[in-house]
Amino acid sequence: MTDDPRRTESRKTGLYDLHVSLGARMVPFAGWDMPVQFPMGVMAEHLHTRAQAGLFDVSHMGQVLVTPRDGNLETAALALESLIPADVLGLPEGRQRYGLFTNDAGGILDDLMFANRGDHFLLVVNAACADQDIAHLQTMEGVVVTPVTDRGLLALQGPLAAEVLARLVPAVADMRFMDSQIHGWDGAELWISRSGYTGEDGFEISVPEARLADFVRALLDQPEVAPIGLGARDSLRLEAGMPLYGHDMDAAVTPAQAALGWSIPKARRTGGARAGGFPGADAVLAELAAGPATTRRGLRPEGRAPIREGVAIYAEAAGGASIGQVSSGGFGPSVGGPVAMARLPADLPEGATVYAELRGKRVPVAIAALPFVTPSYKR
Amino acid sequence: MLKYTEDHEWLRAEGDEIVVGITPHASEQLGDVVFIELPDEGREVEAGEEVVVIESVKAASDISAPIAGVITAVNAALADAPGSVNDDPQAAWFFRIKPADPKAIEGFMDEAAYQALIG
Repeated sequence: MTDDPRRTESRKTGLYDLHVSLGARMVPFAGWDMPVQFPMGVMAEHLHTRAQAGLFDVSHMGQVLVTPRDGNLETAALALESLIPADVLGLPEGRQRYGLFTNDAGGILDDLMFANRGDHFLLVVNAACADQDIAHLQTMEGVVVTPVTDRGLLALQGPLAAEVLARLVPAVADMRFMDSQIHGWDGAELWISRSGYTGEDGFEISVPEARLADFVRALLDQPEVAPIGLGARDSLRLEAGMPLYGHDMDAAVTPAQAALGWSIPKARRTGGARAGGFPGADAVLAELAAGPATTRRGLRPEGRAPIREGVAIYAEAAGGASIGQVSSGGFGPSVGGPVAMARLPADLPEGATVYAELRGKRVPVAIAALPFVTPSYKR
Repeated sequence: MLKYTEDHEWLRAEGDEIVVGITPHASEQLGDVVFIELPDEGREVEAGEEVVVIESVKAASDISAPIAGVITAVNAALADAPGSVNDDPQAAWFFRIKPADPKAIEGFMDEAAYQALIG
């Protein structure tokens, strides 16, 4: 996972040849050649995932191990808590949580998943941020930070994901949402968590590179499973109300402004047992306590026209200054209409009408609750 | 006989009007179409003027008037069923235009030239 600044060619995941053989349209994404869609098309891939099971190659994401030098997991937990405003110390073995890396101003450097694996933590970070995150993690004392370079990562998502995966790995049937376990398949060690980025039940599965294509073929042999590209991954996560780093949040957006305050538990907030102690803590905690002026809101345009990233939002049908802009937006195939997210005044009530400026015209848009679809996690 | 533009529109002469749609190649490149905004009937347009907004799940794009003239009719059914552009792009016409120059259509590609363009 070392970064060579002279590198100009996109990296390929271990599934590149398989994607191409399946007819994928490949595009550059975060320095990788990734399938944006398969012949089924974005709309059908999205709906298939919500109805059956979709298989995503997310091998571009960074997998990182954080191991305590003294053999005491608490050392690693506390080190991670110095960078992440989450309860790492209280995370039981075999469980996973969502967290954020913050900067000194309280902005978000990246979002991530971290799992307690008994004697170390396994982190999964965004592809575009992976090199920066690893350098950031390497500033921690008392731990060894090991990028995982010999494994691919898959996501199997959808209401039939558990049934399908259990045919290959029976033990997953007993996993709950955000469990993280190690199981074998045909001699290969799989790192499996019951989690995902679609709002559906499902799994994220780390597979040794040498067996990645074999495992994917075994999954694709199941009649319920279809390969899904980044296009549908984006519309699925948008409908699920999940923010995308670099769009709905970045280094200038705080946890409260990204509506991610829920990831910061009481123990890390003002008055908590391990309050603060992460970059930008004063700003982050003060804003959480007072409530942010603006925060990530859901938007439902009244018409059929999608409102996409960058579209300006206004309080009035004419005149006035923009009150924010769309950070993610598009067509929601399961919603059957356009959906979007934007950072807007936090005091706008749900159902309030605002206006999106689309090709010089202002169109009415309702403030809507997130998510746009009801998640179906197995808790 | 159909003619084709470099922007992947098909043109069909009917009387003194030209019917305009997009080719299967364009439809495939766009992906699933989810929104179409058509021009007002009676609008006078220049060649190259953006007259139709077409949005797929992936992106927004425009369709330009291939020739100068007056929009005489639009296919209003597309607004309610934008996916018909993917289902049958040759049937899903967008608008009819009465060209300012009746010979304007002659300068466009024929089927063979268009097939050569898209390879």
